[in-house]
Amino acid sequence: MTGCTKNKNQLLYDELAHFIADLPERKGALISVLHKAQSIFGYLPREVQEFVAGQLKIPVSKVYGVVEFYAFFTMKPKGQIPISICLGTACFIKGAKDVLSELKQILSIDVGEVTPDGRFSIDTLRCVGTCAMAPVIMIDEKVYGNVERKDVKKIIREHQ
Amino acid sequence: MGTVNITINDKQIKAQLGSSVLSAAAKNGIHIPALCDNELLDAKNGAACRICVVEIDGRKTLSPSCATAVSEGMGIRTDTDRVIKTRKMLLELIIANHPLDCDTCEKNNRCALQTYCSDYGVEDSRFAGGETKNYAPDTSNKFYDYDANKCILCGNCTRVCGELQVNGAIGRAGRGFETRVAAAFDESLDKSVCVSCGNCVSACPVDALLPKPKGKRRSSETGKVKTTCPYCGVGCQMNLIIDDNHVIDVEPVNGLANRGLLCVKGKFGMEFIDKPDRLTVPLIKRNGEFVESTWEQALSLIADKITDVRDKHGADAIAGLSSARVTNEENYLFQKFIRMLGTNNVDHCARLCHASTVTGLGTTLGSGAMTNSNAEILGADVILVSGSNTTKTHPVLGSFMKQAQTRGAKLIVIEPRRIELAQTADVFLQINPGTNVAVYNAMMHVIIEEGLQDKNYIAQKTENYDALKALVAQCPPEIAAKICDVHADDIRAAARLYASADKAGIFYSMGVTQHTSGTDGVKSVSNLALLCGNVGIESGGVNPLRGQNNVQGACDIGALPNVFTGYQKVTDEQARAKFSKAWGAKLSDKNGLTLTEIIRKSGEGDIKFLYIMGENPMVSDPDLNHVEQALNDSEFIVVQDIFMTETTAFADVILPATSFAEKDGTFTNTERRVQRVRKAIEPIGQSKADWQIIMALMSKMGLAQTYNHPNEIMDEICQLTPLYGGISFERIEDEGLQWPCPDASHPGTKYLHKDKIARGKGLFAPAPYVPSDELPDSEYPFYFSTGRILYHYHTATMTKRVEGIRKMFPKSFVQIHPKDADKLSIRNGDKLIVASRRGEVTTTAKVTDMVKQGLLFMPFHFADGPANMLTNPALDPVAKIPELKVCAAKIKKVSQT
Repeated sequence: MTGCTKNKNQLLYDELAHFIADLPERKGALISVLHKAQSIFGYLPREVQEFVAGQLKIPVSKVYGVVEFYAFFTMKPKGQIPISICLGTACFIKGAKDVLSELKQILSIDVGEVTPDGRFSIDTLRCVGTCAMAPVIMIDEKVYGNVERKDVKKIIREHQ
Repeated sequence: MGTVNITINDKQIKAQLGSSVLSAAAKNGIHIPALCDNELLDAKNGAACRICVVEIDGRKTLSPSCATAVSEGMGIRTDTDRVIKTRKMLLELIIANHPLDCDTCEKNNRCALQTYCSDYGVEDSRFAGGETKNYAPDTSNKFYDYDANKCILCGNCTRVCGELQVNGAIGRAGRGFETRVAAAFDESLDKSVCVSCGNCVSACPVDALLPKPKGKRRSSETGKVKTTCPYCGVGCQMNLIIDDNHVIDVEPVNGLANRGLLCVKGKFGMEFIDKPDRLTVPLIKRNGEFVESTWEQALSLIADKITDVRDKHGADAIAGLSSARVTNEENYLFQKFIRMLGTNNVDHCARLCHASTVTGLGTTLGSGAMTNSNAEILGADVILVSGSNTTKTHPVLGSFMKQAQTRGAKLIVIEPRRIELAQTADVFLQINPGTNVAVYNAMMHVIIEEGLQDKNYIAQKTENYDALKALVAQCPPEIAAKICDVHADDIRAAARLYASADKAGIFYSMGVTQHTSGTDGVKSVSNLALLCGNVGIESGGVNPLRGQNNVQGACDIGALPNVFTGYQKVTDEQARAKFSKAWGAKLSDKNGLTLTEIIRKSGEGDIKFLYIMGENPMVSDPDLNHVEQALNDSEFIVVQDIFMTETTAFADVILPATSFAEKDGTFTNTERRVQRVRKAIEPIGQSKADWQIIMALMSKMGLAQTYNHPNEIMDEICQLTPLYGGISFERIEDEGLQWPCPDASHPGTKYLHKDKIARGKGLFAPAPYVPSDELPDSEYPFYFSTGRILYHYHTATMTKRVEGIRKMFPKSFVQIHPKDADKLSIRNGDKLIVASRRGEVTTTAKVTDMVKQGLLFMPFHFADGPANMLTNPALDPVAKIPELKVCAAKIKKVSQT
């Protein structure tokens, strides 16, 4: 690890520590702390969970249990371009599964994984509230609607 | 608490307000099945198994009776078709993915799930054929296995680990069908923070958590005998599970001392009892070799020797070392025997642990024992731990402290090592070893400077306050900060936090007592408590944690050179007359020699006959080179023990004693509670209980003693000892009694000094800081300190015979700070020579930032690389306790890993 990344990493931990220090009450704050941690680090690796446990003075096993319970939390890093595909009812019926399998095939990764170059990752989510556009893919804040199998390649190329 | 009227199955019942339907039913003989109900656990976190559902009038859905509180007029039915049907369905759901290999299962006939399935006629499941779990069993822990496939997710284990042990090694992970009990990151248990206490194993209703090794149970019928743990001073209550004269398992009992908890040693450390190398016959040394003898031969030889020595050299040429490991009755008989010979030369290893507590607290308060009870820890506002690694040395009390923290108690830790408790402490002062008095004085400086002391209490209940005030005025935190190597502001924070509490309990141990300034350390702790009005109240006080199962009792019962039972002085004419009359013997009016003096004088030839019962000075005493020389030069030594030890090598006669599991008697735990020890198995080989051996020897010497049972010895103790006056085996059948207990109607004493401090007024005994006898210098640049670890016990005679423990900690090691290790290019696992002015040992480096920079710490359990080769025998002038906690040392690397 270079000095530069070390410093950057330290800054991320500092940010999380500040967030925890400013909490009005630490008891029962685990989930919001984990939300914050994931927004800072992008995911919740072991070290971050241990850090959270130490700060909140709770067992690591409890932090891990919560991370494991909620699908939102992930221990796997995300790509620079995280692709989310909705598998909510409407999208599912309108063929999201096909779109997903095309995505997986093009990127050669499974849901929750990152491409070897660290560029893309695939996640699934449940409903983004634009069912009229089903099936939808989300990249950053941008929503792609009425996606068909054949559109996937083009969407990915946009971000390569 | 009030009661309410409820009806269960048409039966009118008065139930206690606040109790659950389940417990109200149980109290009235109505059984409701439950897999996850546990009286020790918070019902709010339970109600997982739902088997305990009942119908309650006016409620549409069934209610879990374990989590439903009774209320006035409540009508409950536990036996309706709907209830039965639901329970059956729940059982079917559980067994749908639970292996039905009951016939070959280790828990066969003891499994709650099996019992309920049988009760409800559930043989197979309508839900069978779906997914089943397929996890690899985790066998990584040295004491128990975990098979997630058998787990029914009742939650008992995770709740015990979280709520009671407050360790959180395991929790629930995953969701839905994937839910499982797991350590963090699903790692194997040996990599987790698990401390192997086994309380989860005891709470598991099925076969998911099971002690190693399997297959110990041979008969379907096993016996169960309630007794007291033979390890530390907490005095945990336990059931020994007996199969064919073997102790095959241990289960915790919810006693007042331990509240249903055990530690790894109590739960998994009983393997030593019937090890093949137990001493089973008397041995006599002939031409340097031990040869087997009869009891008659051995006892005759000893009796002749004693008579000979007494005739030629006088009774003071005889000395005995009694034992903190054996029962009160045995200690009583031992000191009675030695004293009837005409000498007071009797002592035991309390000299090495809390002699300074007895002198210190004896002076300031009038009683040298814990002021409070174990469970009072749970009610403290502030807990100050100093010189005690409580979670390791008194594990159950460590858990009580952590439980108190979860209830809101604040914790101050003053220690040279960053011990487990320090990690969650509110204030942690990592002081230099041996600087306790400086930090306590500085705390008192702050308290008085800021006016935080309890002025009314000081005026009414104490004396000599002005002298204390004058002394601590000279001790500002800035000076202490330099001496102790901590921040002055942290000392202030500790002082303010301690003084802010209504009820603050101080808990200390060897880190305070084992110094040349040990007595001063204890007095300072007492000063601090008196200053804030913390003596004589529930949950607040001064608590010396006693290390051994019966070290409190051995002291109480007079295995000390200056006192008879109950601290009645041998120099007091009235006391002497009383004992003289009762025993029918002329008694010496001269204080006897202390343990360290006895060993020295044995070597010098002044002591011609030394009787060692259940002690191992060749590992436990300071400066072992000198101990070895002294024992070598001794004229005649008798050692009475359960195993060959490092000390038996020097014996002329070895007598085989029984373990705690083979005899009746009592131990007095650290909270002054006298508890029963019960015979669970027959003696191994020809071994005899210590009391029987001493009795036989006394008879041989014409000091005829006839006791048919230890309870007769206890009756004699009670008649002669006001402190124990009201204690009898009958009264302590269910729960022990805490002394003082002067008469048969006295309920025992939960905490001391309630209405009045024992000595009259609490005495402020100001003590200035005095540095340790030997400090690091250019030749020996490190502080060297010793102590204990969780898994081993004392000189490891018992614990090294427990396979799991031996595998985890087979040999000695020394802790060294990473920065010190770096400077000397030492890596974890390197072989080192650690040397002091008295000797050197070869051991293994454990690099850890738990120790301060500049400090080496070594556990003293191990005979290979014994830490006591290095320790300083310099004594506290009052208590004669050696400075085991501080000396100067240097290190040299021998080889790399």
